[in-house]
Amino acid sequence: MPLRHHIMKGDEGMQHLIEMSGIKKSFAGVVALQNANLHIAPGEVHAIIGQNGAGKSTLIKILTGVYRRDAGEVTINGTPSTVSAPREAQDAGIATIYQELSLVPLRSVTENVMMGYEPRTRFGMIDWKAAHKRTREILDRFGINIDVKAQLGSFSTAIQQLVAIARAVSLNAQLVIMDEATSSLDDQEIEILFSVVRELKKEGVAVLYISHFLDELYQICDRVTIMRDGQTVGQHVIAETTKLGLISEMLGRDPEEIEAAGMTGLGGGEKATPGAPLFEAEHISTARGLKDVSLTVRKGEIVGLGGLLGSGRTETARALFGLDGLKSGHINSHGGAGQIGTPAEAIAAGVGFLTEDRKREGIVPHMTVRENMTLALLPKLKKMGRVDRKRETDLVERFITSLGIKTSGMEQPIRELSGGNQQKVLLARWLALEPEVLILDEPTRGVDVGAKFEIQSIIREYVDRGLGVLLISSEFEELVEGADRIVVLRDGASITELQNPGVTEESLIAAIAHHHAEAAA
Amino acid sequence: MTMDNNVVQNTPKSTGPKFDWSLVARNGGAIALLVILLFNVLVTPNFLHPQTLFVNISQVATIAIVAVGMTLVIATGGIDLSVGAIMALSGALAPLIFTSPFAEANPELGLALSIIVPIVVALACGVFNGALVSLLNVQPIVATLIFFISGRGIALVLTNGNLQTFTNPAFSYLGTGKILGFPFQGYLVLIIAVCVWWVMAYTVFGRQLLAVGGNERAAELSGVPVKRVKIGAYVICAGLSGLAGLIVVAINSASDAARIGNLMELDAIAAAVVGGTLLQGGKAPIFGAILGAVIIQLVKYTLLANGVADEVALIAKAGIIVLAVYVQQARKE
Amino acid sequence: MLDTTAFDLRRYIQGNTHSLGVWITLVALILFGLLRYENFGGAYNISSFLNYNAMFIVIAVGMCFVIMTGGIDLSVGSVAAFTSVVAAYLSPYGLQVALPGAVAAGIAIGGLNAFFVVVMRIPPFIATLATMLGAKGGALVISGAQTISIDWGSNFTKLGMEKAFGVLPWTIVITAIVCVGLWVLLEKTSLGRTVLAIGGGEDASVMMGLNVTRAKVLVYVISGGCAGMAGLFLASGFGAGQPLEGVGWELSAIASVVVGGTLLTGGMGSISATVAGALLLGLVFNILNFENGRGVISLSAYWQMVIRGAFLFVVIVFQSRVARSAKKGTI
Repeated sequence: MPLRHHIMKGDEGMQHLIEMSGIKKSFAGVVALQNANLHIAPGEVHAIIGQNGAGKSTLIKILTGVYRRDAGEVTINGTPSTVSAPREAQDAGIATIYQELSLVPLRSVTENVMMGYEPRTRFGMIDWKAAHKRTREILDRFGINIDVKAQLGSFSTAIQQLVAIARAVSLNAQLVIMDEATSSLDDQEIEILFSVVRELKKEGVAVLYISHFLDELYQICDRVTIMRDGQTVGQHVIAETTKLGLISEMLGRDPEEIEAAGMTGLGGGEKATPGAPLFEAEHISTARGLKDVSLTVRKGEIVGLGGLLGSGRTETARALFGLDGLKSGHINSHGGAGQIGTPAEAIAAGVGFLTEDRKREGIVPHMTVRENMTLALLPKLKKMGRVDRKRETDLVERFITSLGIKTSGMEQPIRELSGGNQQKVLLARWLALEPEVLILDEPTRGVDVGAKFEIQSIIREYVDRGLGVLLISSEFEELVEGADRIVVLRDGASITELQNPGVTEESLIAAIAHHHAEAAA
Repeated sequence: MTMDNNVVQNTPKSTGPKFDWSLVARNGGAIALLVILLFNVLVTPNFLHPQTLFVNISQVATIAIVAVGMTLVIATGGIDLSVGAIMALSGALAPLIFTSPFAEANPELGLALSIIVPIVVALACGVFNGALVSLLNVQPIVATLIFFISGRGIALVLTNGNLQTFTNPAFSYLGTGKILGFPFQGYLVLIIAVCVWWVMAYTVFGRQLLAVGGNERAAELSGVPVKRVKIGAYVICAGLSGLAGLIVVAINSASDAARIGNLMELDAIAAAVVGGTLLQGGKAPIFGAILGAVIIQLVKYTLLANGVADEVALIAKAGIIVLAVYVQQARKE
Repeated sequence: MLDTTAFDLRRYIQGNTHSLGVWITLVALILFGLLRYENFGGAYNISSFLNYNAMFIVIAVGMCFVIMTGGIDLSVGSVAAFTSVVAAYLSPYGLQVALPGAVAAGIAIGGLNAFFVVVMRIPPFIATLATMLGAKGGALVISGAQTISIDWGSNFTKLGMEKAFGVLPWTIVITAIVCVGLWVLLEKTSLGRTVLAIGGGEDASVMMGLNVTRAKVLVYVISGGCAGMAGLFLASGFGAGQPLEGVGWELSAIASVVVGGTLLTGGMGSISATVAGALLLGLVFNILNFENGRGVISLSAYWQMVIRGAFLFVVIVFQSRVARSAKKGTI
């Protein structure tokens, strides 16, 4: 871990770059922020953490002029801020790199860096030659050497993130805000991003860093602001904190309590008897980049899929669920009839798939909790062509109670629920089918810590009753504690299998890293 | 990005002594209808005469029938520009069939064929539209543009551009028949609306259709046969358009392929939107579409009955559409 | 490096190859015409073909701008009908009044579209549908539903008949100027790039601090202005303001844009390919006329609609094939 150059102590006696204090904001009567504070010093890397709904993104959107505050003070370099639109924030030296990329992938790299600030010729036309040249120079500073005329979308997410940062820096930003910048990057890409962050810091640019991954904060951040329920509850020099301490402050719970409960709810199953095999993939490959994956899921066990982003985890899930056709190999399902070529056939064969992207691939926002929950079950609820309402409502009611879904009723539109509760409804969508095998792709991503634990416990409960689970998770903790076996993937192929008990985070990382090293050699 | 999605959104809007506009917005259609009716009762001569009612029912029927189909297509997130052309096609086919020598010889069979064949052809057009949209992933506007252009062309080629007039009381019953004094097609609209509403509310197909419009990827991943459902929506819409084409021909006892269903796609879309259908899909208020069709018809009638030129009626229609969507939009925010 | 966001995008990126198809087909069709028909390459045919198609080309180019932002403008046909009447009324004052008058009328309606879309936040499809009806009504009202003859004594008639610099009719020259001007706007100005950025991601464009509002207003105004220009051509071509014309023009314009390889979702697009698309659709008629002229076949005018639809179908199927195979090739 690199040395931190200058660590800020406390708050006193220095000119802050950004000072937000006593910020209040409510939406249609619902309080999102009350008394939130944020102080950022020039040239520091500052983290904001908090559960979903703590008000992190609202606070940032007030800073960048997307929202207007109801009360409170914002100063930039000691002068009161008048920012009321993203453009004005940019002109004031605040640039934001959002989780969902704030660039236009269809356009070229140059356009994305220069957009709105293009160099002109004498006649007021865009000077493309100069624009390409300047873009190349800017990217060179970060050690990125790519074809700037190519479409941005043809590059990896990491490069796109870096281009966004390059744009920010080229606009003379004093503060770069990174909202979940690493959530879709692999380890190498994260390392590149971090080195750019350090580079920025050296140049005196402050970085405001938002991340769910606490480990990252210790690698690059100087200070951390903790938010809970719309309030700032703490601000620390990060080197003086512990992970457990941060979590307990985020949750507002006692550290010991958390430690006793275990970090995840997946552990603690009886791992005595692996049941009969339910589902086997043998040497499958697809056009989407799977080369050779084999795995077996047995009754009553959780099989983890380990590997980096891009190693083929989601692609494996897609193939098993019949979304991508197989080029070679085959899938045996012991649950039901024959071939799996479409999701409908997979469902008929007793396979469910809880997707990673809840918003785009999970919920149907207009529909109610009831309609969302029974979407996959509809064919089974069919009685003479119509939906059997009585069975439907009984079933939905049962799941709302048993999964502890917080909703005003089954007729509430699902979009009004919190992320964690939406996820529970989607989980219920699959559990209601009584599947043999359930594929879970990042089942706890983007839900708050409380709901995360509950979802994990629900999964464990069903596994103990005989469900076979294939678990994809970027959180090694979840894999190590939860999975009975972990299949490690690299470059679209399954390379090894780790058996629990005995797997530790270190051994899992070693397995992934070892094989990487092997590949490099 | 209108609101931080972490915030619970189901709180009631601040209800003060202020007038609650959301109430107006939610019942905009019904209120508009009441206003128009009231205006007519007070201003339009002979408005309360039964004849007025019959005229309006017989004219609104075709818009309403097509609007129901359009509502389904829009609910999947699509749009069907070909409805007018399909009306022309089926409207051109029917007289060709029952005036053919074969049908003259077998009147009953000829009559049956002259209703069945055009509708089957219309359904086939629907399959074509649906297949382009769902199998080839062509954008709905472009896919249905093909029949919009060529459908009427085929109808004109078939009839050589001639106006076909005929006397066939049995067939004309579709457009001029009366049951208990009310026009036959009025009943037809009600039956169709109730059937389609029932399908949307209670059947698996209906639920799946709304899911496809609400979030296509989520629906597909939940095992919904997305392609089949979408094709279904286009087929139903085309079938209803074909039926509407027959009614138009039956009303006039004449078939002019150049004019049947002209601009019907606009009326149908307008009726669906006025009735509260969201253009981005996921909602299918069937009776709303009927209400929308009635409003559009009544506005047209009101202006004509009060001596306002046809052209100005077009502008009024434009105004209604903008207003309806604006209110819809305002409600969302 | 594989990642899921890039997967969806590659497909769009392959869209670039779409424009290739239109050029190949255009060249093939021209070669076919040249080889098969004697007078096909003659000055008269070329000049009258371009003269007639000028209005469709300008409309398609204007439409292309709107589509690049991910919007659509259904009002262009009615606007052209409306401005043809305006132009006819203004023709006694000469071209110097009629031209700016017709274009200004088009711009005004385009501005109304922009107001609906940008300020009232009505989806473009609906907003321009409404102005389509409104402009049609307006054209009928101001003309009394009659064609309005132009003033044959004024210099208005020069537009379609007199040749600029003795080479090409003024209509074609003006069309070329409009196309080149809009090409420069799109390729060489910040505003033009903003138009493309909006189609590629409106939220992202806002976040980048681009002036999205201004660009969106611009595209509807351009489209309205182009339709106004087309109305002027229409009046000059027919010698009268035509309040009943323009039906279905919006859809042929959309067809030209689509055939030119522009995606209706926006973010990419090419002026030159759109012009090629419009020429291609026009050429289908031209060749059909020649074929009828040879006397071997005789197809009524109605067949043209059918053939045009069939042609659009072939192009669409071809494009979706290209998109699909391109997708397979890269991933």
